[in-house]
Amino acid sequence: MTELALRTTPRRTPHRRRTPGERASALVTGGWGPTLAVTYLSLLVILPVAAVVTNAFSGGWHAFWLAVTQPQALAALKLTLVCSVLVAVVNSVAGLAIAWVLVRDDFAGQRLVSAIIDLPFALPTIVAGLTLLTLYGPNGPFRVNVAGTRIGIVLALAFVTLPFCVRTVQPVLAELDKETEEAAASLGASHAGVLRRIVLPSIAPAMLAGAGLAFARAIGEFGSVVLISSNLPFKTEVASSYIYNLSQSNDLPGASAVSVVLIALALVLLLGIGALRRQFNVTEAA
Amino acid sequence: MAGLALLGLSVGAAPPAGAAGGTVSLVAYSTPKPAYSVLISAFDETAAGSGVTFTQSFGPSGTQATSVTQGLPADVVNFSLAPDMNKLVSAGLVASTWGSGPTKGIVTDSIVSFVVRPGNPKHIKTWADLVKPGVQVITPNPFSSGSAKWNLMAAYGAQLALHKTKAQALAYLTQLLQHTVAQPSSASTALQTFLGGQGDVLLDYEDDAIYAQNQNQPVSIVTPPETILIENPIAVTTKAADPTAAKAFVKFLLSTEGQTLWAEQGYRPVLPSVAARFDFPTPKKLFTIDGLGGWTSVNTAFFDPTTGKVAAIEQSLGQATSG
Repeated sequence: MTELALRTTPRRTPHRRRTPGERASALVTGGWGPTLAVTYLSLLVILPVAAVVTNAFSGGWHAFWLAVTQPQALAALKLTLVCSVLVAVVNSVAGLAIAWVLVRDDFAGQRLVSAIIDLPFALPTIVAGLTLLTLYGPNGPFRVNVAGTRIGIVLALAFVTLPFCVRTVQPVLAELDKETEEAAASLGASHAGVLRRIVLPSIAPAMLAGAGLAFARAIGEFGSVVLISSNLPFKTEVASSYIYNLSQSNDLPGASAVSVVLIALALVLLLGIGALRRQFNVTEAA
Repeated sequence: MAGLALLGLSVGAAPPAGAAGGTVSLVAYSTPKPAYSVLISAFDETAAGSGVTFTQSFGPSGTQATSVTQGLPADVVNFSLAPDMNKLVSAGLVASTWGSGPTKGIVTDSIVSFVVRPGNPKHIKTWADLVKPGVQVITPNPFSSGSAKWNLMAAYGAQLALHKTKAQALAYLTQLLQHTVAQPSSASTALQTFLGGQGDVLLDYEDDAIYAQNQNQPVSIVTPPETILIENPIAVTTKAADPTAAKAFVKFLLSTEGQTLWAEQGYRPVLPSVAARFDFPTPKKLFTIDGLGGWTSVNTAFFDPTTGKVAAIEQSLGQATSG
């Protein structure tokens, strides 16, 4: 899922031309590049996903439909979807703000802050969950108790997905032409006007890519969420936890069926985001 | 590994007669991990155990059983409850006769206990106290945790022991789940959740509660007047790479010495002679899973994720509150 999403991550600004070096790369790999890439992708992503889908439909369409329309499954899927969308939106904005500060401002400890952004990736998620519970649970030092609430779920998901939203926007912001902004400002454009007309259109594709990655990661997240969510069926049980329970109850087809819904959601969203981004590139080039 | 063992044999003193050396792969549920580190060191001191090396794997009981059926090498398996052992019987990895023998295939006993805040501020003593207004309960999710299944069957069986009808016992389960504020995925995450400040009472294995207390965690243990006897099965697999060493290890675990060490770690010994030397609290009424119909029928009737009685209760509660 992530592999697929990563392909939509911009490595360069959208309007840059292919360099001669990139054109030469096909010559270097002797045309084997695509074959190698597809083989690798198949072994790591396509094959496992296909196996999950096969498992999900091992009992036929009817069994699949029954599994994904269980009231508890629907409740878990709905909760997961709502929280993940919320997290993707919140973190896109927060991620942009953080990336902005890192790129445009100059302050002591900037490099340290930049390094810290990626820590959620390194922290085992169950440790993250435990830490969040200690800080924001009933005995936390801030006297806010979000354990067992949807806020707690959003908090945990926001924690693990923040790096996506910062790291996709940051390089694009860094390459953004500051002179255009200054020119616009000197011609009388307001601060908000510059942001809306000049900055946002250029970084929107990157923000969308970050949001897509955050969403895809959030709907499958398990470790960091289960502790702080309290995992109550119908209330705070996320889809990944429901799937885990099914797998533990020896219902692998059921677990796979609900997983397929998650995969489909991610795929639809990532394809949609890809289309939106192309839209942006077209309007920008025009 | 083999090289190291060889080196050990050639450099170290000659092993006592009868020692075979070898390797044992132990696959077990998560709670006995600390106990096994003590038991394995003790086994290595014995004649049969000298030179035997171990690979160990601990995790949720159901996950471990599935992993073994999927090919995780295992010579000795120890699960939380019998249905997990039966998964291996179905896969042809454990003999169907694992439950014969003097201890009926059981290596340790325990009971379901109440873990409360130090000094028991909410005065929780009985099952009825758990469903009083304002009391918050934590028990793991019964569809992912073997511990939770023991807990709920203890609650259900306790009602029957109090001469309630089956319908009343089910109604009690509904009330209990209504008072449940968290259903963590396993016994160990449930303890973490409780230590994190949530809930007034945690339903837990007595041995796990004793371990937490020995680790100086701020908990008190209350033994319910009526509770279930937890029986943890053990077996040597049919695919054991080194059956001699594996069998010797299980024999040690079931010996007077092994059972004494288990008891020191908070487990109730399965040998009456050893149990007599320890002072585990005696509940007024102690019942077994067999008295409730046995795991095979209980697992289907209560814990099937779609048709089970507990699934139905969760559904009715969920729809009542979220609808």
